[in-house]
Amino acid sequence: MAGPDGAAPLELRFPARPDELRGMRDALRQRLRAWRLDEECATDVVMAVDEACQNVIRHAYRGEPDGFIELEVRCAGDELQIAVRDFAPPVDPARIRPRPLDELRPGGLGTHLIRSAMDHTELGKPPSGPGNLLKMVKRLARRGADGT
Amino acid sequence: MKHSVKEDRGSVIVAFAGEVDLEHSPQAREVLLEQVGRRRRVLVDLSEVDYIDSSGIASLVEAFQKAKKTGTGFALAAPNPAALRVLELARLDRVFRIFATVEEGLDAGS
Repeated sequence: MAGPDGAAPLELRFPARPDELRGMRDALRQRLRAWRLDEECATDVVMAVDEACQNVIRHAYRGEPDGFIELEVRCAGDELQIAVRDFAPPVDPARIRPRPLDELRPGGLGTHLIRSAMDHTELGKPPSGPGNLLKMVKRLARRGADGT
Repeated sequence: MKHSVKEDRGSVIVAFAGEVDLEHSPQAREVLLEQVGRRRRVLVDLSEVDYIDSSGIASLVEAFQKAKKTGTGFALAAPNPAALRVLELARLDRVFRIFATVEEGLDAGS
């Protein structure tokens, strides 16, 4: 059996719609389990990827239902490298800011959650073609071989 | 996501089950705002919630704010570790009253 470091990355392409997110989360959870990620770490990763996809759906495609999202999650050594790519008009990274949390209001939490859960995030252009590319890195904590 | 509403010891218990995500949070929001509008104390039972995202949290915040305006009690009960983690990251664990169990939440309100 291949070790976690050599395991194939998770690659998903799915419509940028709210009803697609559950399937994405299930596939991601399953892969993170196979990579033996610590439960808390896996929770953070699933949440951050879900919030990133929500940002794409709501802000990049602005709710337009025909767009696609490409997700790649790669386990490399002691870190997880995540790429969330869309094909929407370019988003200005300077405009994506978490809001101050002392202001209690319903929206705008997603970006804060992503930055809290990830060790590094960077929004830019894909190497080729249209759209936006969000790269995220999470340093890993793995469960022991006995599942603890 | 599923939900149920029942009353006990003067509180309205709104229980959600499953995943309160972008697809289902509009429904959660509607249920919460409707129940808060009845001006009875609302206790949100999160024990069967496997996952809650920022849109689900936003629904809780909106209902909490509406409750506050009308002087209606509003509290959360029994979030699992994943839900509690999101509340902590959003620093809302200090804003909401959160009870470890529904029973504790009901006793505190009666």
